[in-house]
Amino acid sequence: MEHYLSLATKAIFVENMALAFFLGMCSFLAVSKKVETAMGLGFAVVFVLGITCPLNQLLVDALLEPGALAWAGYPDVNVSFLSYLTLIGTIAAAVQIVEMVLDRYSPELYNALGVFLPLIAVNCAILGASLFMQERDYTLGEATVFGAGSGIGWLLAVVALAAIREKMRYSNVPGPLRGLGITFITVGLMSVGFMAFAGIQL
Amino acid sequence: MQHSSGYIVGFAVAICLVCALVVAGSAVGLKDRQDANILLDRQKKVLTVAGLMKDGASLPREEIVETFESSILQKVIDLKTGTLNAEIDASGFDQQKAAKNPETSFVAPDNLSKVRRLPNNALVFDVIEDGKLKALILPIEGYGLWGTLYGYIALAPDARTIVGITFYSHKETPGLGGEVDNPRWKARWPGRLAFDDRGKPAIGVKKGLAGSIADDPYNVDGLSGATITSRGVTALVRFWLGENGFGPYLASYRAKAGV
Amino acid sequence: MADVTNREALIDPLFNNNPIALQVLGICSALAVTTKMSTALVMCAAVTAVTALSNVSISLLRNRIPNSIRIIVQLTIIASLVIVTDQVLKAFVYDIAKDLSVFVGLIITNCIVMGRAEAFAMQNRPGISFIDGLANGLGYSVVLMAVAFFRELIGSGSVFGVTILQTVNQGGWYVPNGLMLLAPAAFFLIGCFIWAVRTWKPEQIEEEFHIGALLKLSNEGHLR
Repeated sequence: MEHYLSLATKAIFVENMALAFFLGMCSFLAVSKKVETAMGLGFAVVFVLGITCPLNQLLVDALLEPGALAWAGYPDVNVSFLSYLTLIGTIAAAVQIVEMVLDRYSPELYNALGVFLPLIAVNCAILGASLFMQERDYTLGEATVFGAGSGIGWLLAVVALAAIREKMRYSNVPGPLRGLGITFITVGLMSVGFMAFAGIQL
Repeated sequence: MQHSSGYIVGFAVAICLVCALVVAGSAVGLKDRQDANILLDRQKKVLTVAGLMKDGASLPREEIVETFESSILQKVIDLKTGTLNAEIDASGFDQQKAAKNPETSFVAPDNLSKVRRLPNNALVFDVIEDGKLKALILPIEGYGLWGTLYGYIALAPDARTIVGITFYSHKETPGLGGEVDNPRWKARWPGRLAFDDRGKPAIGVKKGLAGSIADDPYNVDGLSGATITSRGVTALVRFWLGENGFGPYLASYRAKAGV
Repeated sequence: MADVTNREALIDPLFNNNPIALQVLGICSALAVTTKMSTALVMCAAVTAVTALSNVSISLLRNRIPNSIRIIVQLTIIASLVIVTDQVLKAFVYDIAKDLSVFVGLIITNCIVMGRAEAFAMQNRPGISFIDGLANGLGYSVVLMAVAFFRELIGSGSVFGVTILQTVNQGGWYVPNGLMLLAPAAFFLIGCFIWAVRTWKPEQIEEEFHIGALLKLSNEGHLR
């Protein structure tokens, strides 16, 4: 339990997907103009990461690891080079299925997250989490915690940035720096802030 | 442009086939080279800590392989008993993978280095020069500030004096904890004693400067601004040299070598 | 778009329409590898190769790809190219490939690659698509290399691993600025880069934020 808690803290704060690894930057910058949209995409990311990360962990375990095909009678086969294709395929499929299921059974949630779901399939934070999961050999439990934790970290970062940018509309930024430039510098300062979490251990 | 479903399915299948061929072809074709690279990488690290290769120097592949084969003996040992395990082929053994797999590892006792599982077997190296043992190299790992540090420590044939230490993979803050890579700091280690008179691991990274080897044999200069990394290094070195780490192996070595 | 000349296709993405500075595409996968110029260079080469080759292959197939499955086809082609690139890197520059870790795989989701395939290669001949891919890859490389140059020079006093400013640890005089090697520095540098480009070319100054277009695209179902 303690181990999972510390993994979650690490995924949310210390190794924040957006601020420490620059993942999911495109949509991070795109939707952080308003807190409301940021919130929407943020929750969609948490949701999708929480699903795809364990799903991919199962696939990696059952198919992609060297020697994982032993159950099928091929103990010497190593298809780990197919992992990128498999992971991105799973993510795209999972996003599509989630979208359809939500549409059918929970229209409210679909209305809230629906627009963002297709955007997410090509969000590097999602693929990045799966790749990190594979590189670090997480177990199923760890992968779930890590996936959800990374998502929450991303949500936190994007909502905080959106709040700052809403306020920034009232400040007088030099012309050439307006928009993108000042946003990057703001994100840099936030990233410095998040570094204070380094070394926190539970 | 409208297409029939048959065309769409056929197209998808054709694309998959072509892509699969290209991908599998490149993976199979380059496999040997990649495996050689992974092996070479390990050999380089071991040679560096043994002092047979300069840090960051790039030697041609043949020279590395040749030096490694002529002066390094790799052994797989049983971690708990410290005895040699001749059943496992050392050149293909991956200790980190073995530590992950529940079948070949056990849960580590509580430790400060956040090592969770210990492998049943570990990979150690002997440095041999002119037929005589020159150093023992042991793999070490443990938690620092941001993540796990992986490295090797080399001990002299008396199994007490340190010959060298190196970390090949870590995530510490550049300029602070990242200074574990600094050759000047690493040069503080050789000559220090890893164990005290009663044979307990005593070496540690001190806060501030350590004295000369004669006055202060068990301490190494601290890394300024990196207290947690320094503490982590102390903990991991002591853990791996202690009874839960390579203690049994070193004990059986001492009994055999009579030191 | 059919009457773009080769020269325009090559020069435009470098400065006038730089993918990072103006379109803010694809920085995700690359900023993390800009602490050293050598890793950044390999990453740039990989991205440029994948963009150019995926543009060519998709352009060759552009009249045959059924519309309903075009995104997944593009994704498959790009993913295959990335796998091949990854295998080549692991075989020939293993040390650097190890530093790049998961970031090579993340080229798959790099918006530049997908963006150029969808926006340019689907409408143009293979030759010019190749140049377009090359130029976008290079435009991206310019920014990455600039960031990497400052981070390595100020952060560790060297360029491509060759010591320029002798650091204190090596017995010299230069106290390296560790912040440059940490994540925030990359954001600051990109911000300053955009500032510089837009001071030089004021027509790129935005009153309203640009990339909202990406969201609009997705609403219209183009980004599936």
